[in-house]
Formats: sequence, C-alpha cells, structure tokens
Amino acid sequence: MSDASGPMQRTILYPEHLALGAKMTPFNGWDMPLYYSSILDEHKAVRTAVGIFDVSHMGQVFVRGPQALAMLDELVVSRLDTLAQGRACYSLMLHERGGIVDDIIVFRVGPEECLVVVNCANREKDVQWMQQHRREGDRAGTILAGEEVPHADGRAAVDVRLEPDRAILAVQGPEAAGLLDEVLKQRVSSLGRFDITTVASLGSRAWISRTGYTGSDGFELFVPNAQAVALWKRLVNAGQSRGIHPIGLGARDTLRLEAGLRLCGTDMDESTSPYEADLGWTVALSKPSFIGKPVLVEQAASGVARRLAGFALDEGPVPRHGCALVVGDREVGTVTSGTFSLMLNQPIGMGFIERSLATPGTRIGVMIRSKAHPATVVKLPFWRNPSAAKPVEAGAGKSLAS
Amino acid sequence: MTIPEHLRYTKTHEWARQDEGEIVVGITAHAQEELRDVVYVELPAAGKTVKQGDPIAVVESVKAAFDIYAPISGTVARNNAALQKTPQLVNQDCYGNGWFFAIRPSQPEELNALLTADGYAALLKTTAH
Repeated sequence: MSDASGPMQRTILYPEHLALGAKMTPFNGWDMPLYYSSILDEHKAVRTAVGIFDVSHMGQVFVRGPQALAMLDELVVSRLDTLAQGRACYSLMLHERGGIVDDIIVFRVGPEECLVVVNCANREKDVQWMQQHRREGDRAGTILAGEEVPHADGRAAVDVRLEPDRAILAVQGPEAAGLLDEVLKQRVSSLGRFDITTVASLGSRAWISRTGYTGSDGFELFVPNAQAVALWKRLVNAGQSRGIHPIGLGARDTLRLEAGLRLCGTDMDESTSPYEADLGWTVALSKPSFIGKPVLVEQAASGVARRLAGFALDEGPVPRHGCALVVGDREVGTVTSGTFSLMLNQPIGMGFIERSLATPGTRIGVMIRSKAHPATVVKLPFWRNPSAAKPVEAGAGKSLAS
Repeated sequence: MTIPEHLRYTKTHEWARQDEGEIVVGITAHAQEELRDVVYVELPAAGKTVKQGDPIAVVESVKAAFDIYAPISGTVARNNAALQKTPQLVNQDCYGNGWFFAIRPSQPEELNALLTADGYAALLKTTAH
C-alpha cells in the first residue's frame, strides 16, 4: 500500500542508512532500508548477537487525560483497567463488525498518559479512529466527533495526538540487554518483558520498553527526533565489539514471521476477526463493553470457519502471499505470509485454512508455480527464544515511574 | 564487478561457457549480487528439450523468485544437484560451483550471438538502478 502521491517520507535516521550502505525501499510512503548487507546475514545477527532497527515510521500516539485509559479500554479487546503504570499491553482495535482496524501496543507511561504505537500503514486511520471515539469516560454517553466536550463534572476530554517528530530504535538479540545497560548507564536488563520506563539520561520524553517484533529478547527506545541520531551512533559504535548489525525491513519480516507474529495488512485486516487470526487470547469478553464485542460474543459461541495457522514445508521453494493451500485436489486455504526460516533451515509460512485442518500435524500441500509442495501445519511460533526474559504477570502493578 | 572474459552473456544475466560438447550455464555476479541470499533453485531435468529464451529454471531469494532463461536451444544434458542442498553456492561461486545446468546445443551458432564480456559490461553500464 505505498503512497504514490508526492515524495516519500524519511525518518530522522535516513542519512545514517545511506552512510551504512543500505539498499532502500519504499514502504507505505516511507523510504526505508530493506537491507544493509543481506537479509539472512541480518536475521542471523539478531538471533546470535544484536541488531539495531530504525522503526520510526511507526506512529507514536499520545493519549492524555483522566479518562485516557477508560477511552482506550473501550476501543481495544483487552482489559486495560488493570494496566499499571510502567506496563504495556499488545491488543487489537476492532470496528463495529468485529474486524481488525489495527494491532497496537498500549504503553502506560504515566498515571494519565498512554503511548499507543500503531502500524505505519495505519497511522492516519488509527488517529482518526481514536479521535472520533474520544470519550469522557462515561460508557453510556454519546460519542461526539472532534469536539472538546468536557465531562459533566468539568473534567476535560481525552487528548489524542500523534507526535510526528519522534523516533523509535529497536535493539534486539541476546546482546541487546548488555549493550543497553552499558550505553544508557541504566540497568535496563532488569526490566521484565512488556515493562516500560524512562531513560534517565535522555529526559522525561524518552522511554525504553522490553518489547519487540523479532521473538528474540530485545528493547524498543522511543525518543524525540533531536536525540535519535546521536543515540543510534552511540549504540552502533559501542555495539561493534558485540557484533552489532544494522537491520532492515527485510530481516524484520523474516524475524517476525519465524517468531509467529502477525503483520496487519498482510495476515489480517478489517475483514478478519480476532478469532480467525488466532488472537483470541487478547480478547477479554468479561469486559462490560468494547467496540465489536457483540460480534465476538457470537463468534466465540459459534466458532469461525477459517483460522490462521503456521506451516513448514518439507523442503523446496518459498511460499508467498496468495499461494493456495490444498489437501489433495481441494483448495482449503491461502498463504498470507511466507519466507525461508534461517533457524529451521526450511521454508515456512502462515495462512488461513479451514478450521478443522488448523491442527498441528495436519499434512497439506502448498501450491507454488502450479505444483503442490508437501507441508505440515505447525504450532506457532516456529522458533522460540530459548532464554526468554521472564514475563511479568499482567497487571502485577510494578510501577517504574522515574 | 567480475565479468570473466572467456564467457558469453545474455541480456537476462546468464553466463554461458563452452565445455566440450555442452554449454554450461549459470547467473552472473551482478545477478547474484542483486538477489542476495539464494535459498532455493529449481533446475530443469536432464533430457528436457529447450528453446533459446525459454524460462527453464527458477532461482529464489528470500524476497522473490526469478526465472532463468535458456541462452541457447538444445537438450538439457545435466544439472547441478549440489544446488539442492547448498543453494548458497550461487552466491559464493557463481561462475564455478554455482553453475545451474548444461545444454547440448542443437544450434551451436546461437552461442556467437550472445554478448561478449565487453558487451555485457556495456549493458550493465546502461542499466540504471
């Protein structure tokens, strides 16, 4: 979905990518690095050492006000009322028909402030959606689009704003924690998975979280543009002795797929229900209300006809988006994402398949260039980090306000 | 960018080398450089009849699959089975152990119509990227 009108956007780190010899590529209207050395080289670097990514093309939306959390709670499928300060939650925003608007991460960075990170392709769409649905915290109240309507007792409406002059650096791999402790002079290695805290040396608007899109251990740094280049350079320099590589979007995709992570727009979109995407674990039907809940209640009862599943080919060519999945002569599904897995040394993919066939162990065929290549449905993720940081219980109330 | 003098080339970045009665074919340094990591190669079976310009093999990188074209007409004499286990040979040694297949030519004069090393170098210069 690239923006054909007008010049491409660039992140603040664009000159660094050129200096490092990146092969650039258009991505949803942004001029981004596809790779610097090679996709598999970079994939290997993240799995065995450490990689640094510029993912500033993703949107950073700040949601502020006494009702910020309540407002977001109405928009997402997960329970946010127990989201403690200093904690993050991966969730989905649905529209009224129960389809996925976007997958997001909500970071509670202050008592009345959340940072919501949204997919690049959905920046404008998500901000408009959130602004349309600003609430005063009263769930029975009406939705008033685009107006500053104070709450009955005088509380201000929620402020929703995408801050454009900000960057995101992801640092991922087994060496990431050690490198960041060293460079930031702060013990970020003690953060639990999905914790977020401020970076003392970079001021009150810079945060670090133990999150990522690779399946390896890692962190994401959310900083104002003014700090991004110097930070990137410090990390690249200090990381040399740990084998740091800059990582492009090519390896970002192979890593996330190997880790069983979905890509909105490719594996799921507005026509996909969370249950079809096999993301039922994010849905809290116990919540009194959220947009799309009535449809989900129905689906939870009756089941869905198709489900996203992972599969690995015995050998052979790479499955690609759109390839058919077959059992004998019968078409039973379609590939949404495919690649070659470095860690498994075989082609892998994700796709929608008839619900009854989505069981691990099922043998299927993947149609590539008119030939059915044998494959097996496997449980996601394809690869799991053997020494993952212990996940902290959701809502365990660990406050990391600085 | 390596362009060995003793080989012939196609506009579609294959190289061809006379080897007794056969023409051995592979892809050029430029092609494997553009592809980066080769993860799979699909080769034509021995005995297959081919016409010059036919797509007869496929090379896959992580990002995409590309057709490889027969530089000359004839019959496929043999193919490089080593590429099945080690497709990376295409990146590591594209003019040597990364060869794809050999054709017994039916019209040997077709070889003379292929680009020389100079001709291929000129082609690369004019190709903007």
